Parts: sequence; structure tokens; C-alpha cells
Amino acid sequence: MTDASPARPGGAMVEFDGVGLRYGPDAEILSDISFNLQPGSFYFLTGASGAGKTSLLKMLYLAQRPSRGIVRLFGEDLVAMPRHRLPGFRRRIGVVFQDFRLIPHLSARDNIALPLRIAGVSEEDLSGPVGEMLSWIGLGDRADARPATLSGGEQQRVAIARAVIARPQLLVADEPTGNVDPEMAMRLLGLFEALNRLGTTVVVATHDIHLISRIENAQMMRLEKGRLADPTGALRYPPANRA
Amino acid sequence: MIIPRVPVQHRRLLPDRRLSGPTPWVVAILMMLTLLAAAAGVGLARSANAIGDAIAGRVTVQIVTANPVTRAEQAAALRRAAAAQPFVRSARSVEREELQATLGQWFGSADGDDPVLKSLPLPALVDVDFVGEDRGSHMEALRALVAREAPGARIIPHAEWLGPVARLIRSLAWIAGAMVLLMAAASAAVVIMTARAALGTHYATIEMLHMIGATDRQITRLFQRRIAIDTAYGIALGSTVAAAILLLIGWQWSGVTAGLAATASLGPAGWALLLALPLLAIALAALTARQTLLAALKKIL
Repeated sequence: MTDASPARPGGAMVEFDGVGLRYGPDAEILSDISFNLQPGSFYFLTGASGAGKTSLLKMLYLAQRPSRGIVRLFGEDLVAMPRHRLPGFRRRIGVVFQDFRLIPHLSARDNIALPLRIAGVSEEDLSGPVGEMLSWIGLGDRADARPATLSGGEQQRVAIARAVIARPQLLVADEPTGNVDPEMAMRLLGLFEALNRLGTTVVVATHDIHLISRIENAQMMRLEKGRLADPTGALRYPPANRA
Repeated sequence: MIIPRVPVQHRRLLPDRRLSGPTPWVVAILMMLTLLAAAAGVGLARSANAIGDAIAGRVTVQIVTANPVTRAEQAAALRRAAAAQPFVRSARSVEREELQATLGQWFGSADGDDPVLKSLPLPALVDVDFVGEDRGSHMEALRALVAREAPGARIIPHAEWLGPVARLIRSLAWIAGAMVLLMAAASAAVVIMTARAALGTHYATIEMLHMIGATDRQITRLFQRRIAIDTAYGIALGSTVAAAILLLIGWQWSGVTAGLAATASLGPAGWALLLALPLLAIALAALTARQTLLAALKKIL
């Protein structure tokens, strides 16, 4: 890739260049993936089931290294990055999983506070932001509830709150509306849009075409059989940064 | 630090199910057996050393001259001559009554008034203890002395007949030491299995912690603390039971004042070792858990 200068201020936040991914000796499930994600932009990742969306997101949130190609995040080469440096990068990324992945024996408050505690924020300093976040997602009165006692939508909101509490620069969401009703889906999307307005780059993997049409200026990435469809080249060579 | 400090809020990341698994109980059993084996090893080693020291420089001269008067004179002369030698620490004639009392146990008359026993032609015995370590030259000098004062007498080094017993006791002490090491290895294996099982059970939590930026060190400290505390409970329980058993044995042993049994005791160094073993076990458990966890976490991106 030649259009991005990693260390350049205002450059791409995420750069994939000729990325391929295979698990074991099998054929590649992702091939020749090349794109740039600009700071402050909103992206939808679509594609049929099995197209490789989750695998692509895993590389985005550093749960998987590519088998080949170049991945740069925040200007740094992640393929060759030593393992002990990854936690620092992960703290700059928020992840919303389709299955929520809340820790079952922790309350909603403790689940949301987790990233701040891991980052070493004192209990005194985190109580305010966590309380605000609980109010923001409408669960101020359910702060002590365990995930098992929350509805699917409530769990999803807790998962989103956990993903954004540390103000990540990049938010990655895998089918975040897959387990909620349409009304809740729109509310969750509103949360993402609000975060995006605050400067967070958002990548949402979804099947829901109605969702995509609700975000103005959102760009769409489509995976087809492990390859990224980018007929206009806008993803690889974006016309301009929104931020 | 053996049990790492973890903030209270972080501790809640692992559900509180203390003593619910088999680990503390298995560790308790292993710790109890380790302490009993260590105590046996220390006692046997001290016994073997005591016997070895006692027999290494001692000989008995057996005078079998037929005439009892000549025999008694030779024994007295030999005792006097030996006691005057610089290489002899002490020389003592074994009294006839002492010999009769010893033999009486075999004849069934411990008080020594058996007429058959009294009529036996018993040899005269002189016990000689050497000084220093150069026992070869001392033996040569004693032979010359015996040839002069009691011709025909036999010199019997105690090491010849008690040596195999001392070697057997020493071997048992080594076996006990090997058992301690084996049980330490078994304890470490239990901790490794516990750590791996904990990782398996809490894999989803670990994966989530990784995804939100937790370092291996943070995750390891969390699990290391839990495993160290669980094993510490087991070690405390096993040590308490072992201490009770050892005190009971010690109480019974205190009544034994004769023979080889009287030489077996733990001594201050032995007790210090037994007190140190539980602490070493906790340190071993924590270190093993830490290394196992770090190695396992490195396999996860």
C-alpha cells in the first residue's frame, strides 16, 4: 500500500494491505484484503454468513494475527509487534461481541468498570464515569444486577458500555443488534452514532440493511467469499478524511 | 511475593469458590505425608549418625583365657595399660554381673541368679574408645598392647557388627528423603493441573480480559493468588495433622530410652526443617502456578 504514511498525523487509523488469513493447513478464509479506515469514520461490514466478517473483526481487535500481508493500527505494524505490546493497543480499542461476553458473576456496574480497572484507574476515579455510563444506557437502576437477570437488550447495552467506557479510538462491534428487537437496535445504533460524533472510529458488522441506511456518510465494506468487494476503491483510497 | 497482592476489585473477577475443588485436600494429604516422611528421614539420619559415631572408634577386647583368675588379671592389666595410652579416650572392664544380666535375657532369668548362667565360663571384656580419626594406627597400637598384656585375646571392632545396621538406617533415611522429593514433585504436578484446569474453566474470562487490554502479568497474578491461597489452606491442614501425629509419636517415643530407638530424635535442625517445609511448599506452589500460567497465556495471542 502506498497511500498511507503510518506516522503521519491524520493518516489512516487502520491499514490492511494484501492480508490473508488461514486457520491451520486449510485454504485461506480471507484473501487479499486491503483497505484503510480513517479516524472518526463510520463503517459497516456486511457479507453473507461464513464470508469472514468475524475473522476480519478479530484481526481488527487484535485477537488474531494475519497469515500474510500487512496490518497497521494507529501507525504501527501489528504483524511483527511483540506480544507484550498488544495490551497497550487493545486498550485503545473497544469491542462489542455478538454474544456479549459479560462476566456472569459480576454485576452490570463491575462489568462496565472492568476496562478502567484493568487500566489501573482508581475506584474513586471510576465511580463517576461508570455511573454516567449506566445512566446513558438506561440501566442506572440495575447497576447491581447480574447478567443472567438482564434481558438480551440490557446485556447488549452493558456490553456496549463496557466497550466504550475507556473512550476507545476504535470501536468494533460484531452483529451488535443481532439479539435485540428493531426498536432496541435503533437505540443501540444511536449510541454508536453519538460515539462516532465524539471522534471514535466505528466498525459495525451487520446483516441488517435497514441499519446501514440510518447512518449518514457511513461507508460499507462487503465481504464475499473471503474477499473484500471494493469496486470503487473508496475503501483503499478514500477521497478525504471526515475527521 | 509468594501470594501476590491483587486489588480487591480485581479479585472478584474469579468467582469465590474456596475449598470447593479437590486441590486443597490433595495438597493437604501430600503435605502430611511429606512432613511425616521428612520427620522419619531426619530421625533415621540422626540415628545413623549417632550409631556411626558411637561404633566407629570403639572396640571390645575379648579375653578367653581358661583360668578365671588369670583372665581377670589380664583384663585388669589391659584396662590399666590401655587407659594410659594417648590414643585411648577411655577403657572399661565389663563387669561379670553386666554380662550375666545381658545373657540372662536370653536364658529367661533377668536377675542373673540362674545357677546355669552363673556356672558359664564367661570371657572377660574390655571396651576401648579411641580418640581422633586415625583409627587404623590406633588399632595397630592396641594390637601390640593386647599381645603384650593379654596374649590370645580377640579384638572386635564394633563397626564390624553394627556397621550394617547403621548402613541400613542410613539407606532408610535416604529413601525418606527421596520420598520427600517425590511428594514435592507430586504436589507441583497437582498445582500444574490445577492451574491448567483453572485456565480452562475461566478461559472466557481470560479471553475477555485480554481483549480489554489486561496483561499476562495481571491475569497471572489473579490466578496465582487464588491457587497459592487454595494450596496454603491445604498445606496448613496437612501440616496441622502431621504435627499432631508427630507430637503423638514423640510422646510415645519419649518412653523409649534403650537401644537404637533412643538415638532417633529430630533435634533443633530437624524441627526447623519441618517448620520450613510448609513455607517452601507454598512458595513452590506459587512459583509453579506462575510459570504454568505464563506459559499457557503465551499460547493465546
